[in-house]
Amino acid sequence: MSIDIDTARKVAHLARIRVAEDDLPKLAEQLSGILTFMEQLNEVDVEGIEPMTSVTPMRLKRRVDEVTDGDYPEKILANAPDAREGFFAVPKVVE
Amino acid sequence: MSLNKLTIAAARDGLKAGEFTSVELTESCLSAIEGADALNAYCAKTPEIALEQAKAADARLKAGDAPALCGIPLGIKDLFCTKGVASQAASRILEGFKPEYESTVTQNLWDSGAVMLGKLSMDEFAMGSSNETACYGPVVNPWKVDDRKLTPGGSSGGSAAAVAADLCLGATGTDTGGSIRQPAAFTGIVGIKPTYGRVSRWGVVAFASSLDQAGPMTKSVRDAAIMLGTMASNDVKDSTCVDFPVPDFEAALTGDIRGKKIGIPKEYRMDGMPAEIEKLWNDGAAMLRDAGAEIVDISLPHTKYALPAYYVIAPAEASSNLARYDGVRYGHRATLSAGEGIVDMYEKTRAEGFGPEVQRRVMIGTYVLSAGFYDAYYNRARRVRALIKRDFDLAFEAGIDAILTPATPSSAFGLGEMKDADPVEMYLNDVFTVTVNLAGLPGISVPVRLDAKGLPMGLQLIGRPWGEGDLLNQAMVLEQAAGFTAKPEKWW
Repeated sequence: MSIDIDTARKVAHLARIRVAEDDLPKLAEQLSGILTFMEQLNEVDVEGIEPMTSVTPMRLKRRVDEVTDGDYPEKILANAPDAREGFFAVPKVVE
Repeated sequence: MSLNKLTIAAARDGLKAGEFTSVELTESCLSAIEGADALNAYCAKTPEIALEQAKAADARLKAGDAPALCGIPLGIKDLFCTKGVASQAASRILEGFKPEYESTVTQNLWDSGAVMLGKLSMDEFAMGSSNETACYGPVVNPWKVDDRKLTPGGSSGGSAAAVAADLCLGATGTDTGGSIRQPAAFTGIVGIKPTYGRVSRWGVVAFASSLDQAGPMTKSVRDAAIMLGTMASNDVKDSTCVDFPVPDFEAALTGDIRGKKIGIPKEYRMDGMPAEIEKLWNDGAAMLRDAGAEIVDISLPHTKYALPAYYVIAPAEASSNLARYDGVRYGHRATLSAGEGIVDMYEKTRAEGFGPEVQRRVMIGTYVLSAGFYDAYYNRARRVRALIKRDFDLAFEAGIDAILTPATPSSAFGLGEMKDADPVEMYLNDVFTVTVNLAGLPGISVPVRLDAKGLPMGLQLIGRPWGEGDLLNQAMVLEQAAGFTAKPEKWW
């Protein structure tokens, strides 16, 4: 499977990473190289094999669905590039 | 001998016997760190915290309340969140981030009286095998044989260089595809990746959640046993961290491996394997045989599919984990021009904040998870992963106790030498180590000898799930038989 420039542009947008138009050909080539490498997996017969989920069969731990943590908005906001009045601030989303 | 050159075991005994104090030991490490900027191993130094913790440790030692690591100065990989101290995963996107919380692993270490010397550089978000993707510039391997500066390996390259150059007594590392074991091998130290679930991942910046596991990087196998015993715990904050009791790993170091069956997987004997690596491997097997183990040829038929499966699963999980870096909650946010909206903010922030290798992996992950390709790539890779694990299960069911392989396909290479290489060529560094992460098994890298160039070479032992005690014991026997005592000559 080879990735063309349009696909590379689309993937970059899906990943929310801006890639300059001039850099797309090289990116497409590198992504294609990696995907070709992955294509070896098509040689393997995986019929009837369940995807692996854990080292030793076990259920994920469960707990009662209740609030066990919180009440420190100032800590949550301490590292924000832009925090105002107890909120994260972002550019205007709705016109 | 300067105190910073001690092993954890020797320092522990010396501290308990009152031969020196933790403050003296810590000062010795701090002055070694001050003189080692050329190695670029530490990305944040925390001497004030270290001396404060050392004083507290001395008080505990005096009071007779001294847990395993009381007073022992350690370095912490930049991937671990440490409260109030820069924790950046060597990425520009986490510039200025100071966590409001402490990772479970580091909390366990501090509770046990350990001393934090600072944070250690690494490949950005643990993605890399040469430490060249760090936003702080590459770490330099203390081993040097000519004019070239060599890589310490990656991603835990800062940890490896710091331990090898005696800039700490031990360090934390993390291993998603070989990131503890490969740098350990490149720098002549010991590194163990525990069974997935043995050590809590809470507060460790996530790369690929089903593969990531933290472990110790140390000067000896005994030190690894001591440090792992403190790093491992049960933790309600990580739902994949198991509730099994943490055994006394040091007590497992009996030195007796008689009757143990050590498997030699034929699929690891790859075409074009350098004669030197092959000889190292054969000699390692002979050492274990001389110690009374039985050497058995085994087959792990799906080995060759481990790398491609890994490079589907790891980027897929990374693309999901790294979605949180959006310039809203922490770290870097791009400056916007007039009229630019929130999508521009995301795209510019991530383009500026992530380095090229991280960008590539996030995009590959995005692609393999996108509609129409999810089954063809991601689900197929997860099934192949199940087959890789089954290979190991069958070997262990047949009575194999541990598996011996080379740790890396070569010794350390020069910084910049892989600059023009295809990304896939760099991935080949992980060829002997990724299978272990995919199967969730414990694996340890042990230094064995210097190669013809004078650089360290290591072997890897792979153990049964939850069998770190036995694995460490086998590793100690190999360590003693190999008698690796070489240290890098100080040039920095």
